This record gives sequence, structure tokens and C-alpha cells, in this order.
Amino acid sequence: MKPEPLLDVAEISKRYVLKPQGSPVTRLIRRLKKGPEAAPRLHAVDDVSFTIGRGETVGLVGESGCGKSTLVRLVARLIDANDGSIRLAGRELTDRSAGRFATEPERVKIQMVFQDAGESINPRFSAFEAIADPLRHLRGLKGDALRTKVAETAKRCGLPQELLTRFSHQLSGGQRARVGIARAIAVEPELLILDEPTAALDVSVQVVILQLLEALKRDLGMSYLFVSHDLNVVRLLCDRVLVMYLGKIVESGPAEAVFAHPRHPYTKALIAALPDANRPASERIRLSGEIASPVDPDPNTCRFVGRCPRAEAKCRQAMPRLEANSSGQAAACHFALPGKS
Amino acid sequence: MAAPALLVEDVSVEFRTRAGTVKALDRVSFHVAKGETIAVVGESGSGKSVTAYAVMGILDPAARVTSGRAVLGGLDLLKADRHTLAGVRGREIAMIFQNPRTALNPIRRVGDQIADVLLRHANVAPSTAPTKAVELLETVGITDPARRAKAYPFELSGGMCQRVMIAIALAASPSLLIADEPTTGLDVTTQAIIMDIIAERAQARGMATIFITHDLGLAAERADRIVVMNAGHVIEAQPTRELFANPRHPYTTALIAATPGPSSRLSDLRTIAGGPPDLRAAQLPACRYSARCPRRLDDCAAPLPRIDAAKTHALACHNPLPTKYAA
Repeated sequence: MKPEPLLDVAEISKRYVLKPQGSPVTRLIRRLKKGPEAAPRLHAVDDVSFTIGRGETVGLVGESGCGKSTLVRLVARLIDANDGSIRLAGRELTDRSAGRFATEPERVKIQMVFQDAGESINPRFSAFEAIADPLRHLRGLKGDALRTKVAETAKRCGLPQELLTRFSHQLSGGQRARVGIARAIAVEPELLILDEPTAALDVSVQVVILQLLEALKRDLGMSYLFVSHDLNVVRLLCDRVLVMYLGKIVESGPAEAVFAHPRHPYTKALIAALPDANRPASERIRLSGEIASPVDPDPNTCRFVGRCPRAEAKCRQAMPRLEANSSGQAAACHFALPGKS
Repeated sequence: MAAPALLVEDVSVEFRTRAGTVKALDRVSFHVAKGETIAVVGESGSGKSVTAYAVMGILDPAARVTSGRAVLGGLDLLKADRHTLAGVRGREIAMIFQNPRTALNPIRRVGDQIADVLLRHANVAPSTAPTKAVELLETVGITDPARRAKAYPFELSGGMCQRVMIAIALAASPSLLIADEPTTGLDVTTQAIIMDIIAERAQARGMATIFITHDLGLAAERADRIVVMNAGHVIEAQPTRELFANPRHPYTTALIAATPGPSSRLSDLRTIAGGPPDLRAAQLPACRYSARCPRRLDDCAAPLPRIDAAKTHALACHNPLPTKYAA
């Protein structure tokens, strides 16, 4: 039997209730004519399930607006889900509100590195304070123990001691990224969520940060959920990938297999859109149109219809389910390719 | 060789700040030929955007052009008066900015913004400008252009806004297009489409294109020739294929080795030691890469060879990597 995964997310959904259209008067008239109506709902994350094993790095990719950020906020327990469960090492986390969870000892187990450390770190905190803050609140450290721990974490993340007195605007992009990472790993989480950690960095700095993340994972045995829109970066770091489209996972599987033999037409288009000097730009698949609206989508229509080059009548009648092939590469498409054989 | 559409020669730009004078550009030289697409690549702070702003004459008031010329059709843009420049911008040179949503006027309908350019620069009659604007929206692949023309920028997605920017830039059929990171912040699928539109329009009109990017992969795919900048210097220029096959400058080599490609592994990627020099220093080294350079020699303190703006190849290094081809 497979060992129990570190993180087990099952059938999780997040819907946002939107303000009904029209003025109060037109809404009242509509109501009198047609009876009570439901407010429109935005399906940000819709029935998503996945697992992350111990020491595993899982990449999450998709276009802006596909629900990546909502999903990681759900998993990080920053917001509450409408349905579904999140289990960490076998323990249910969704039985209490995100607000309660924030003050519980289990909070240390899931930590997050945010996109632009320059924006996400309190500008009035020095680098030392930024790293010390979670240690104080979540581990209750103070005095010498706190100073030792901050110094140790900073060293692990390649931050020289003399930089710790500086404020975030006095640090370079790479140094700021290191502070963001140090702050998250200081409390020794089991799962680290990385939301586009290198998006704001130059390539030469990006490589250093990616190598640091790889080394930290090896040394500390953490699991990563790595969100990025840069597929070349995901490919470098991840064991497995999840491809998301409009609130749903459309493909998942081992990174090598998904990149080499994508099964879902969307994954295929996404990979084909990557710049490649060795292939003329004209030979590529282009997705026409924009992402469909996530407001009250038809539950029986595949979300990719409208942009999909493969779509047929069947795709408007039944939502395809995520089905795996023998090598564990799953795709949600009526016309999924066989994948790696 | 075809006559250059734009020749930038020995352009130096300084910014006066409270913390000292920043020597942002130092004798930057390159050209772009008619119908050619060049990419200007480099990391943040290398002076890519400052170069574009200098050519467009839209530098910050704190900036001063201390030397050089930028010649477009016989006119030196750096010496031209405001009135002349206003006639050239939009008509002869157009620019596409990063982050289209902030570059567009937020309180004017996009159709009107396109019509503005048509009226000002393209000798279009006021009565036909709105229809012409809708046609332009159609050429950049906007579906339902008549309805979109009435939209405000906030009602459109990022990719849509960038298409509108392209439509505005191309409204007066300029001879030179400068695109400053046109797809940064857009999804890869949208990026591919936007780049297709720019390439197709450029080709259809024989337009010269300067494409500024930090993404070497994108430059490799889209540009005929690449100009590499580092810390305010042009350090190397070569036709794209040659540059990747045989990079000569150590910085170009390092940049290529740091960029993840479709088949690279994390352990194969190389980092670049150190950071760029502080451009406010009173005495900058002759080669601004020398402090980070693994191929540094004692000779590197000597002034760098002057770059000939009119040539397709350029190299500013005393100890370049060997060439693989006979000269």
C-alpha cells in the first residue's frame, strides 16, 4: 500500500457570492415576476482533489484567473472552503475556521512564501524582525533563543548577518526573496507553499533562489506546493504537476510525463506556447478566445469549450472526469490522449 | 546592408539624484535596419528601458543626455526640439509599454483613444476616424470590435488592453516600433498571440522593431538580432542564431547558462556571481562587468573598444570567448 500522503485535499470547492445584477427596483420586479432567485456565484475552485507526499514537490500551473491563488489560500488555511476536506498527516484541518486555525499550534505546519517579498513583508520590519515575527507568535521564542534561531535560519538561507538590520527597501530583490523564504521556514513547517517565488527576479538571481529551495527541501525534508506560471521553472523543480483551468484540475501527473506527453488539449497548448528558438513560431497551437466566465458555469459543459481545438457536441453535454492512465497521469477530457506509454 | 531605420550612436545618459549622479547609459551604440526585429536584452537596471525612453524623448526630467545621437530618417532625435519630436512620435516611431492597463487613459473609451492618434497623425477625417478605429481593433484580433471600441480599459483583460496598445501604436503606420516588455505579466498563451500580432504587423508594413525584454528565450524565438546590455553598456550584438551558437562576451554566456530552457536541469543552470556595480560611483571600471567576470585579466582596466553602431556584430570585451567561425 502507498504510504499516507502528507497533504490530502478532497473535493474542495470555493464559491464567492456576487451581488445580483440590476438596481433594487429591477431586482424587486424580477422577483415578483419570477419568484426568488439565487445570487450569482463565482466558482473559483470547483471540486478539486489532490495529494502531496512527504518530501514531494508538486507544481500548480495555469493562467491568471484559473483559481491557483484561491486554491493555495485554501490549502494554506488562509480562507475557508465551502465544501471538501483538507487533511494534513491524517488530521482534518477544515473542522475549524481559518480564523481559529491561525492561532493554533498546527499553524506552523503549513507556511507560505508570497510572490513579491518587497510587497509582502511589513516595510517597517527589519530583516531580523521579519524572520523573528512568526517565531515569536507561533513558537513563543524570545531573547537569546530567538536571536540564535533567526541567525541560524538566515544563515541557512544565505543571508549574511550584517543584512539583518536592514529594511526591505534596502535589500536587493534576491535578498528580499531570501528573507521571505527564511521567514516561512523559520518555524519548521512540513508543507511550504510557494506562490510564484521567483516571478519578480532576474534570471541570474532566479537560479540562485531555485537552487536554495532545492537544497532546503533536501536538508529539511519539507514538501512543496509550487505555484508558477513559468512552465520551464516548474519543470526544473517539481516531481508532479497539477494543471488548472477555470477552477478545475484538468491534468495531473509526473512532471516528466506531463511535459513530454500532455494528455489534455489545454496542457498541450500551454506547453506549445512556451518560447522555443528551435521551432518556428508559426508551427504552434494558438488558443483563440478568452477564458470563459467562472460565474455560474454550466455543470454539464467542459470548461475548456470555446477555446478547445478538439471540442465536439459531447463536450457540451457532459463534464469530463479526471481519469488516470496506468502510469498515474490523469486528464479530464473526453478526447484525452493516451499519454506516456 | 539595408539603410538603418534607427542609428543610436554613443548615447550616454545620466540621472541626477539626491544620492549622486547615476550613469545609466554609457556610449550605447546599435542600429536597427528597415524591416528588422532586434531584441535588446539584459537584467533589470541594465539600461534597456532608459535607451528606449531616450530615443522617444520621454526621459525623466532628472535625466540628461550627455553625449551621442539617435538618427531616424536624417533627424537626430536627441537634438530635435519639442515641436518636431511631437510630430515624429506616434507618426514615425511608436512605443508599446509594459503594463498596458496603466499606459492607456483610464477614463477614455479605447476606440476614442485610437481615433485620437488617427486624427493627429494619420490624416484621417473626423467623420471616418471611429470606423477606422474599429477596423484597427479587428486587425489586432479583437472579437466584436465595434462593441469593444466603446469599452473602457478596466473592462478589458490584460491581453485585450495590450492589443489596444498595439492598435494605437500602429494606427499611423510608423517606420519604427519600440516594444518595452510587451508581454511581461501576461500568460504564456496570451504572450504567444500578442507576439504573433506584433510580428505579423511588422512584417506586413516592413516596420523596424526594437523589442526590449529580459526573457532570453522569447528574444531567441522572435528577434533577427540580439543586443545584450549590462549596467548601461552594450556588451555584445550578434544575429540571434550566431549569438546562441557562439556567444563571445562572458556575460552573454552567463546569461544563456542561467536561463531555463525546455530541457535544462536545475543542476546545469549557472548563476552569475555578484551583482551589478553601483552606477553612482565616481569612478566606474572601464568594463562594468569586470568585477563579476571569471575571464578578467589585468588588461580589463583599459578602456573598452568603441562599438561601431552600423555593424551587425558588436563586442565590448578584452578577453572574449574564442570565435568558432573563421572571420
